[in-house]
Amino acid sequence: MLELKHDLSKCLICDTYDCLTRCQYLKLDVESARAEIERLAKGSWSRVLEDCVTCYACEEYCKKGNHPFYFIVEEQERRGILTAPKPIVRQWIQLAEPLGEKPRKARKPLLSMCFFPGLEHVLESRLFEGVDVIMGRHVFCNLVYLHFAKPSLIKERLPKVVEAIAQHGVDEVVFYHDECYSTFTHYAKAIGLEVPFKPIHLFEFLYRRLRELEVKPLGLKVAYQRPCSSRLTPEKEHWVDDIFNLIGVERVEREYDRENALCCGSIFKLQGRYDLAVDVQRRNIEDMVKHGAEVCVFNCPNCYWTLSELVAKRGIKPLLMSQLCQLAIGERPKGWTG
Amino acid sequence: MKDRIYKALVEIVGEEYVSANPEELYIYSYDPGVAGPRRPDYVVLPKTTEEVQRIVKLAYEEGIPVVPMGAGLTLTGLTVPLKGGIVVDLRRMDQILEVNERARYAIIEAGVTHGQLKAYLERHHPRLKHSLPDAPPSATVAGNALIHGQGRLSQQYGFTSDMINGLEVVLPNGEVCRLGSCAVSPYWFSRAPLPDLVGLFVGWLGTTGIVTKLSIKLYPRKKFRDVEVFVTEDPELVPEVVYRVTYTEMVEDVDIWAQPYPPIYAGLQHTSIYLTGDSDEELEFKRRMVWDALKDIIDRREGGFMMLTPDMKATLLATPQPSVARIADVKKGGGFSYVGAIIPVDRFPEAYRRGIKISERHGIGTYSFMARVVGRGHALMFAWSYPFNRADPDSVERARRALDETDELALELGGIPWKPGVYGQRLIMERMDSTALRLLREVKRLLDPKGIMNPGNWEVS
Amino acid sequence: MQPLADIHRCFRCGYCKFTASSPSINCPPYLKYRFESYSSGGRLWLIRAWLSGELSWSQRLAEILYSCSLCRNCVEQCPFKFREELMDMVVAARREAIERGLAPSKVKEFLENLYKYGNPWGLAREKRGAWAEGVKRYEHGDEYLLHVGCVASYEECAQRMAKSLAKLLEAAKLPFGVLGELEICDGNEAYMMGEEGLFELLAENNIKMFRELGVEKVVALSPHAYNAFKNLYPKLSGSINVIHYTQLLDQLIAEGSLKPGRLEVKVTYHDPCFLGRHNGIYEEPRRVLESIPGLKLVEMERCREDALCCGGGGGNFYIDLLGGGPNSPARVRVREALATGAEVIAVACPVCLIMLEDALKAEELEGRLEVKDVSEILLESLKAGAT
Repeated sequence: MLELKHDLSKCLICDTYDCLTRCQYLKLDVESARAEIERLAKGSWSRVLEDCVTCYACEEYCKKGNHPFYFIVEEQERRGILTAPKPIVRQWIQLAEPLGEKPRKARKPLLSMCFFPGLEHVLESRLFEGVDVIMGRHVFCNLVYLHFAKPSLIKERLPKVVEAIAQHGVDEVVFYHDECYSTFTHYAKAIGLEVPFKPIHLFEFLYRRLRELEVKPLGLKVAYQRPCSSRLTPEKEHWVDDIFNLIGVERVEREYDRENALCCGSIFKLQGRYDLAVDVQRRNIEDMVKHGAEVCVFNCPNCYWTLSELVAKRGIKPLLMSQLCQLAIGERPKGWTG
Repeated sequence: MKDRIYKALVEIVGEEYVSANPEELYIYSYDPGVAGPRRPDYVVLPKTTEEVQRIVKLAYEEGIPVVPMGAGLTLTGLTVPLKGGIVVDLRRMDQILEVNERARYAIIEAGVTHGQLKAYLERHHPRLKHSLPDAPPSATVAGNALIHGQGRLSQQYGFTSDMINGLEVVLPNGEVCRLGSCAVSPYWFSRAPLPDLVGLFVGWLGTTGIVTKLSIKLYPRKKFRDVEVFVTEDPELVPEVVYRVTYTEMVEDVDIWAQPYPPIYAGLQHTSIYLTGDSDEELEFKRRMVWDALKDIIDRREGGFMMLTPDMKATLLATPQPSVARIADVKKGGGFSYVGAIIPVDRFPEAYRRGIKISERHGIGTYSFMARVVGRGHALMFAWSYPFNRADPDSVERARRALDETDELALELGGIPWKPGVYGQRLIMERMDSTALRLLREVKRLLDPKGIMNPGNWEVS
Repeated sequence: MQPLADIHRCFRCGYCKFTASSPSINCPPYLKYRFESYSSGGRLWLIRAWLSGELSWSQRLAEILYSCSLCRNCVEQCPFKFREELMDMVVAARREAIERGLAPSKVKEFLENLYKYGNPWGLAREKRGAWAEGVKRYEHGDEYLLHVGCVASYEECAQRMAKSLAKLLEAAKLPFGVLGELEICDGNEAYMMGEEGLFELLAENNIKMFRELGVEKVVALSPHAYNAFKNLYPKLSGSINVIHYTQLLDQLIAEGSLKPGRLEVKVTYHDPCFLGRHNGIYEEPRRVLESIPGLKLVEMERCREDALCCGGGGGNFYIDLLGGGPNSPARVRVREALATGAEVIAVACPVCLIMLEDALKAEELEGRLEVKDVSEILLESLKAGAT
């Protein structure tokens, strides 16, 4: 039985309540935060459960590694709170319903593309030469269901997904999708799920590949769009700067980056939080414009799909990290008009 | 007699444009739906109204059936000859004669296709568009208008038949006339305020004359177009969603679709709401109004706007949508047909539920619904689609039976099968006001005393 | 028979007849004949009816089958998953017809001549190299073999192409040679007309000869030959390293081996089907033209993937099912070129050249419009630069 390793007593003796006081959306002071924690401990109603926008940030803010976000999600499910309309949740559950896809024997380096139909074109590059690729519902990380307060579904599907990936017969797997990487490291550990392969983040893979190839410094100013899932594994953040330094790109110092990053807003829209989505997107992009970004670099395909057009309208070119690396080795990413 | 008629037709259109060859007779005896084979005796391709007149005069004198045809894509067999005769394929009459930018209309010949008009307007009149359906771009504009078709502008402006300003028609005795304002004025800009004779040729399925020219209303074409898709899992909510969205008066096309594959769509209803505008501000304003209109449904968690990936958006924004034609490959068999019915919006839930049952009952293996809003929720064109494998006669037969049962369902719902095949026509006439039916028969007899125009259709027994 | 397994999947939706960008019909046989039976969908339905015994073979059916110039517009526009098989279906049906001895007489003539004399007109083999007087013969060790094909070897107007191209390559000091009377037809048309056996014979002979001569790189003058060498020969385990001459000229200009001089002329470029839609080569020929100072390049209403076929493919430059009448695709295309205000239609294919030149005469446009191939235009500019 997979269970979240969360210790409520640690929350009760906390004196900073970083999870709530640093929250970009709830904006609680220490007193209010304490009150909400106590309510949650008693099993009473707390506005945190309704108002949490599922940005994942408190997982990063909690100094005790006590999984506040995962805890909120478990509580939401336990109390039957709907974070998004039922048909939307149902849609997301259905889209990744395994259809009996079977794993095959693969070879290293093995790259998992999670389940992003429509993204295959990013692989047409020397960066991915010789890479074996898998994509499908059977290797879908399922972590998105945290946004929909369905951790039970994740716990139900994840062991089969881990099994399916393991059956490809390699001991380490590169994950294109940041959330996959975070699932098989941070979340798996939090629920006590053993993962028999070593997850490698795309950015580590890209960095090592770039070192093998001839790289021309790009001299670009970029804004980095940090995805929600990066909150779960901030220890790998250095790869972002390592790559940027290697390819001669400046990560503009702006307000909504690193620990202060803003969500792309797509989840907010799914939840029906239209005004919040528009506001967050506006602030984020204004911030990029204000600090002279020429390019917005995306980690997550979902952020990319959500914000591409909006940043482009402001004269900022949208690129996934792997596409930026393509530019650095003299390739033209598919669809690139720059 | 055959030889004599053939020679007479050759004299009218020239040898290259008449055929009594088995190849043409074969092709023109089928439509891409379940209809056929119904063999014509001749296929003829006229170029001018005068040629059409001479063909019809000949047919009138000889008592030979005449079947006018655009692209033949009604899929209910309206262009396959039920009683032999001459199929008149009008697609050589493909001239766009005039576009009046200020009064926003186009005068086109009967064979002008949707794709043609769209490409022409985009190139030469980029601020104008017509109401384009999701039929393939090879379908004709006149055909669509004359069967009370719908298109992308139906929610805003009604049926395509509502967009007709005037016609040039060849009557069954070979005479030609102009109807609408063009009967009196040099401008083809209005159907009103004359006694309406245009109506004698709309919805009559080619049984009263051959339309050779048509003036169609055009509408403003804005720079940008976007789409939002609202998802529900209870079909009972759909009429309310439609009511509220149409109330905003901010949207272009509204259509509701449902299908069980791929799994993401199973059991859900998707209301596509299209927005147009000349600026981001305009689009955003309209989008917000639509969201606000549905806010409490979202807050109640009964419905929500889905996320659209770039691929999905591209598919939804394509005009026309090739994905509609692709229903024909669901059975990998090159075929589908559908019953489209004009129904009151409130009947959506029942149309949906019973449609699923019909598909199950006939072993279709899937269901595929599309309902387009006409007017401010004045009606829905609800389409139940049945794909089949034309290489498997059993599959074709099952589709046929499902279609017939669906014609019956449409009427039970208080709706009316649109562009009905013979079976649907019969069901309609059985239920029709008896005086209206008598009037229908008398008008037909008045215009076509010899019964040569697409015989077998709207035949009152 | 495999491609024919999917033939019943055609819905006859009609997407294949047009393109999205233009109001005009883009399927050559449908454009000319206007009967539904001559469209891509109509043809496939008739093939199916014939093969299932519902329809008897006839002269007309034979013509319908062979009126397809294999321009690939249908593949480009068809919304269905099996679209890539559409031309294979037509070729497979032609194979059936040939096997049963049912091909139209002109087709049989074409193929018999090709078999006996190495060219469709039945002209003497020895005359194949007549155009190449003074042009270096290929020798072992030459970097490039220039393959010109039957049309440019024998048809007088198309010989201009071969001659000007040879002069250009000489001017660029490119180590190349031609085979002259030894050259063997690439076999593309034989393949497309359904004569699989003859195609294989020609291909095997070419592969053998190239191997014996140590040929490493081939420059194809004709896009038809380019297509055969690139896409059909690998099926016979004869991979040929081939480049189209416009691609080579593009390279030679870029590296400075050819220096275009000034030429004040308005040109429109006609995309050949076997270079464009079949092989995705659209930009190199345009770059060559645009590298000429003073040359103004204007596009026709339909260009690149949407270009209208000249109607010469599938052996139609000989069997002539798409010529004649003001609605023949070549004549429609020439009128479209005229509408751009261009003085010259630039072509990159000898078949397009002869089809469009004939159409120009039929349209009585001599004096107002000229057809020239890219190498002729470039050679002119070189000469202008030299003076």
